[in-house]
Amino acid sequence: MLANFMAWMDKRLPLTDAWNKHLAQYPAPKNFNFWYFFGSLAMLVLVNQILTGVWLTMSYEPSGDGAFASVEYIMRDVDYGWLLRYMHSTGASAFFVVVYLHMMRGLMYGSYQKPRELLWIFGMLIFLVLMAEAFMGYLLPWGNMSYWGAQVIISLFGAIPVIGDDLTLWIRGDYVISGATLNRFFALHVIAMPLVLVILVFLHILALHEVGSNNPEGIEVKKKKGSIPVEEQSKFTFHKQYTDKYDIVDAIPFHPYYSVKDIMGVAGFLILFCWVMFFAPEGGGYFMEAPNFEPANGLKTPEHIAPVWYFGPFYTILRVIPDKLLGAIGMFSAIIVLFLVPWFDRGVVKSVKYRSKLHLFNLIQFSICFVVLGALGTLPATPVYNMMGTIASFGYFGFFVALWFYSKNEKCKPVPERVSH
Amino acid sequence: MKNLIKALAFGLATIVSMSALASSGGANLDHANNDLTDKESLKNGFKTYINYCLGCHQLQYQRYNRTFKDLGIEDADGVENYMFTGEKPGDHITNTMPTKEAAKWFGTAPPDLTLEARLRSPDWIYTYLRSFYMDSERPFGVNNKVFKDVGMPHVLQDLQGVSSIDEHGTVSPAMGGSLTTEEYDVVVRDLTNFLEYVGEPSKLERKSMGVNVLIFLFIFFIVAYFLKKEYWKDIH
Repeated sequence: MLANFMAWMDKRLPLTDAWNKHLAQYPAPKNFNFWYFFGSLAMLVLVNQILTGVWLTMSYEPSGDGAFASVEYIMRDVDYGWLLRYMHSTGASAFFVVVYLHMMRGLMYGSYQKPRELLWIFGMLIFLVLMAEAFMGYLLPWGNMSYWGAQVIISLFGAIPVIGDDLTLWIRGDYVISGATLNRFFALHVIAMPLVLVILVFLHILALHEVGSNNPEGIEVKKKKGSIPVEEQSKFTFHKQYTDKYDIVDAIPFHPYYSVKDIMGVAGFLILFCWVMFFAPEGGGYFMEAPNFEPANGLKTPEHIAPVWYFGPFYTILRVIPDKLLGAIGMFSAIIVLFLVPWFDRGVVKSVKYRSKLHLFNLIQFSICFVVLGALGTLPATPVYNMMGTIASFGYFGFFVALWFYSKNEKCKPVPERVSH
Repeated sequence: MKNLIKALAFGLATIVSMSALASSGGANLDHANNDLTDKESLKNGFKTYINYCLGCHQLQYQRYNRTFKDLGIEDADGVENYMFTGEKPGDHITNTMPTKEAAKWFGTAPPDLTLEARLRSPDWIYTYLRSFYMDSERPFGVNNKVFKDVGMPHVLQDLQGVSSIDEHGTVSPAMGGSLTTEEYDVVVRDLTNFLEYVGEPSKLERKSMGVNVLIFLFIFFIVAYFLKKEYWKDIH
C-alpha cells in the first residue's frame, strides 16, 4: 500500500530521490564534533519561531493603541499564551546564540574557503535578514524600550547625507515612530522576512549539499574519481550524484547517523533552552528589558537605552566612533567584512588545527573582542567603557586585516590526506 | 582548540562580571522576601490594593475573576468582598479616574500598576512604600527616598504614620500610624506579593511546568544518548 503510494508519487515528484540525495545517502564526514550541532539547532529554532509566531499572531493586535494590551492579553487570557510568548522571545535570543556559534565554527574550520564561498554568503545573508527580523520583532510588544530602541536604530539612517531625512521618514511612515511604523514592521516581521529567511535557508542547504560538508580537520572527504582504491572507499551507499563524480572516503550517510546524533544535540539544547524559558524568561533583563514592561511613550526616554544583547557588538562599534555617519559606516562595515572573509583569507589550509599559531591567536583575540563588544553594547557609555570598546573594535577589524596579510604565506602544518589517520 | 574554548570561557566571564557591575545600582533596596505560594498574603495584598491603591492606579490588564481563581476566592465571595463599583467578575480591574484631570492633580497621571513589579522589581515596591518622609516643600507634604519628588501622596499614612528626616539624612521612625513598624512591613510585603503575582499571573504554573519539562528532557537526553551510541557503535 505504502510502497504503491510512494511509487505513484515518485513517478510525479522526485520524493525518494530527494530523501536519498539530502538525507539517507548524503555523505557527511564522520568526524563532526560538538560545533556541528548548531546548524541543525538553528533550523529547530527557526521552526519554533515560525510555529509560535503563527499562534501569537492569532491573538496579537498590530496597532499603536492595542499592541501592548494584546501582549498582556496573550500572557493572561489566552490558554498557554504565556508559554507561546516565552518560547518566541527566548527563541529569538537562542537563535542568535546558535547562529553566532555556527558562524564561529565556520571561522575555526575554514568552512568559508573555496569552494564554499557562496555557501558562506548565503549564511551571512541569513544572518543579515535575521537581524532585520529580530529588530522589527522587538518593536511589536510596543514597550518603551521597543520604541526607543527602534528610534535609535532608525535615526541612524538619518546620518546618510542628502537622502537621510527622507529615508527615515520613508522607513517610519510617519514623522515619529508611531502606529504606522508598528504596522509596517508587523507586516515585514510576519510575512516578508520569514519568507526570505526560509528561502535563504533552503539555498544555504542546497549549496552545502552541492559542495559537501567541511569538517574539523578541513580535509575533503570527496576525492577525485578513480583516485581511491575501492577497498578504501566508504562502505556505505551514497547517492549517485556524489559517487558519479567523486570517490567518497571517511563519510557516513547523514541519516541515520547524524539524525540520531542531532536528536541528542536537540535534547541537550532543549534542556538549556527550557531552563531559561521556564525559570528566567527575562534572561536577567537581557532577553526582555525591564523598560519594556511599560507601554511605548514618546515623551519618556528610558534611563539607559540598550539594544538587545545580540546587537551589542555592532552597537558598540557604532557608539565608540564619535561621528554619527562614520559610526553607522563602521557598524555596517563590521558586517560587510564578515561577508568578505572568504577573500580576506588567502590561505589554502582550512582548519585552525593545521594553521599557524598566529592564526589561532588571531581567532582567539577576535572571539574575545566580539564578546567584549557585545557586553559593552548593553552597558552605558562611560569613558572607560568607550576606551575598551575602541580597543575591541580595533581587535575586531584587525582580525580581517591581519588575516589578509599573513594568510598568503602562512606557515601551516602538513595536512593529512585523510580524516582518519 | 583547547585554547579557543578557554578564550571563550574567559570572554563569558568578562560579560558576567561586567553585567554584575552594571546592575549593582539597585543594591540599596530592602528585600521583600515575599512568597507567591502564600495565598493568604496574596489575598491581604489584594484587599489592601482595592482599598488604598485602586482609586488611582488601575490593573487594566488583569481581570477580577482570574485573580479570584488564582487566589482561591469563590466568585460570589469575590463580588461581595473585593468588588465595590458594580463591575462583572469578568471585567478588568479598572477605576474611573479621568486621566487628564489626574495629570493636573498629581503633576502626572497615576500609572497602571499591572506590570509595576516587572518594571521595577518587587524589592523596589517594598522599599518605596516604606520610604516616605515629611517634606513641607512638596504639595502633599511628603517626599520619598527611593523615588525623589514623586507626585504621589503617602496613601498608607494612616497605617504607617510618617517619618521625618533631619539635615544629616537620618530617618526617624514613623509616628502616628495605627500599625507598628513590623505590622506595617507585613502589610507592604503582602501588597508587594500581590503586585508580583499580578505582574505575571502564570508564574507559579510556569515554574511547576518547567520542572516537569526538564525531568522529561533529562530522560529524553539519556535515551537519545544511548540511541546515538547504538547507531554509531560500528563507526570508527
